[in-house]
Amino acid sequence: MLELLRQPWPWYISGFAISLIMAMLLYFGKSFGFSSNLRTICSISGAGQKVKFFDFNWRKEIWNLLFLVGSVIGGYIVSQWLSTPDPMQLSASTINDLKGLGIHFDGGLNPSQLFGKDFATSPKGFFILLTGGALVGFGSRYAGGCTSGHAISGLSNLQVPSLVAVIGFFIGGLVMTYFLFPLIF
Amino acid sequence: MKGLKFILTGILFGVIMAKSEAVSWYRIQEMFRFQSFQMYGIIGTAVVLGTIFVFLIKKFNIKDFSGEPIEFKDKDKNWSRYLIGGSIFGLGWALTGACPGPMFVNLGYGYWPMLIVIAGALGGTYLYGIVKTWLPH
Repeated sequence: MLELLRQPWPWYISGFAISLIMAMLLYFGKSFGFSSNLRTICSISGAGQKVKFFDFNWRKEIWNLLFLVGSVIGGYIVSQWLSTPDPMQLSASTINDLKGLGIHFDGGLNPSQLFGKDFATSPKGFFILLTGGALVGFGSRYAGGCTSGHAISGLSNLQVPSLVAVIGFFIGGLVMTYFLFPLIF
Repeated sequence: MKGLKFILTGILFGVIMAKSEAVSWYRIQEMFRFQSFQMYGIIGTAVVLGTIFVFLIKKFNIKDFSGEPIEFKDKDKNWSRYLIGGSIFGLGWALTGACPGPMFVNLGYGYWPMLIVIAGALGGTYLYGIVKTWLPH
């Protein structure tokens, strides 16, 4: 059984579980949207004293921070007890395309070339990771949600604005992948 | 403990995202290069089943655990924010291979450089709070 759980889980299990998580949060009287936590953390750090956007009752959002803590624990559980040493099954064409950019597939979840110590502590690497995060943080608040809030919660509620946001996610993602990656890497 | 259910739901989320490799930088690249069905399968299944859940909740007027009606807020219809904000988000998603949830799942997994990405995300959120009033919404 444990051996089976250690294998990668198929997309339909994952998709089903994510919709279940959304439904569970609705049943708890909340809604599934992860990026709100970033605003809450800013607010707890005192950003509300200077910027009105962060001046709200963050105590009502503690439930979502607990969800965040759980997600960190979940990642830890998988890396400690539920993973296999086998390399990930990545499509051969992706491996090839990335090789063209000088990024080698090493079998892990994330390339050690980008998420290893050497890159993260180099000025260029640090800047790339920080900027990438900033784009995600700025963009998700500007768009009013991220993948969970728009692509899952919003689309499930047939919200056209969420569909526009998801189209935006792809415009940005494709521009980065096809036009900016060759300049960055 | 009232908060425990949220921690447990979060753990389920973290485990699912890691085990289905949705937190993988490589998988996000595969998705943006249209070279695998995995990510589309995950999001597609979640949306189809999610739509059914939302439909059933509305149709049968299902209450939450404390007996309150479950309310769905319609998103306001200011298109530019979704398109521009969404595109900015997409640039960062492809670059770091992580949207906000997976940043934290990856951190738990042991990818500590995600702390830099998270710091950036907090900085980006803060910046939005400052310039919000000058942006088209």
